[in-house]
Amino acid sequence: MTRVAAIVPAWNESGAIGAVVDEILAFDSGTTVVVIDDASSDDTAEVAERHGALVLRLPFNVGIGGAVQTGFRYARDEGYEVAVRLDGDGQHVASELGKLLGPIRAGNADFVVGSRFVDPGGGYRPPFARRMGIRVFARLVSLLGGQKVTDTTSGFTALSRAGIELFAVEYPHDYPEVEATLVALRSGLRLSQVQVEMRERQAGTSSITFVRSLYYIVKVMLALLVASLRRYPHLEAARR
Amino acid sequence: MTPVRASIAGAVASLILILVVVELVRGRRLKERYALLWLVTGIVLLVLSLWREGLNTIAGWLGVTSYPPAVLFAVATLFIFLVLLHYSTVISRLTDENVDLAQRIALLEERLSRERQPEG
Repeated sequence: MTRVAAIVPAWNESGAIGAVVDEILAFDSGTTVVVIDDASSDDTAEVAERHGALVLRLPFNVGIGGAVQTGFRYARDEGYEVAVRLDGDGQHVASELGKLLGPIRAGNADFVVGSRFVDPGGGYRPPFARRMGIRVFARLVSLLGGQKVTDTTSGFTALSRAGIELFAVEYPHDYPEVEATLVALRSGLRLSQVQVEMRERQAGTSSITFVRSLYYIVKVMLALLVASLRRYPHLEAARR
Repeated sequence: MTPVRASIAGAVASLILILVVVELVRGRRLKERYALLWLVTGIVLLVLSLWREGLNTIAGWLGVTSYPPAVLFAVATLFIFLVLLHYSTVISRLTDENVDLAQRIALLEERLSRERQPEG
């Protein structure tokens, strides 16, 4: 039986985190749910712990990427073979985890992205501006990474051991998903995408507010350009 | 030609910069590695202020004919850019190291609490 760590970054999510943990454990009670509390001011950590999660408490807020990476480091250090990553706000549906884990368990992929856009008939229709942004990033990452990707902004992902080891040392600290996808491709991780359904957020607010979206776009663009100029250790040899 | 008063003012300002930096290092309020660029800045500006013919020659190379002390401003600005850029790289490194430390603390605290209260 492979050991699976569910990595859940959470910042002030006490209203949603309990249900998130319950749902993951209901999907597979053998999963270690690792909640990374990014210095919340509410009782996110206590709620998560009460629901049976293992909680990593960051001493100060390091942002989503740094929080997620803490989980990857934990999974690496504790010898987990597979990691899945879900948001702490409940928008990722744990019962969809089977779809993400399939390609990893079959040994066909190192990095599985739960995408809302693999299937063009999928029900998700984000607002126009966001849809354009998602499409531009997807095109750019496809171009620079040499493989077609449809959704680079999804945080609903699964990783093999090779993926865990890569992201434990190489993971962007803010707005990480798009850049991480490119880093994964350039490092030789085998990426696969599966269609998943997502929920509207249950509590809290999106970290990407209208005001921050310009910084988001510019930062991610710069990060992608720089990442395509960098060299990453190719993981072909490390993979089993 | 550079006005004498401009040269004196430039030299005095450079000297003050050098003295302040040395005093900060002496009092351990500034590390040598971060003082170095400031000292080079002060020394270069001091030399260009005192060595009036040199300043004129350099101004001539750059096509600054009407007012050679403008070269002093240009050189000072260039060095300030260098210092700021250097600081940006330092801040970036510190940020990464900070996040790394925060992550290690989170991981170690979890391990510590597990060892303190073994399950069962």
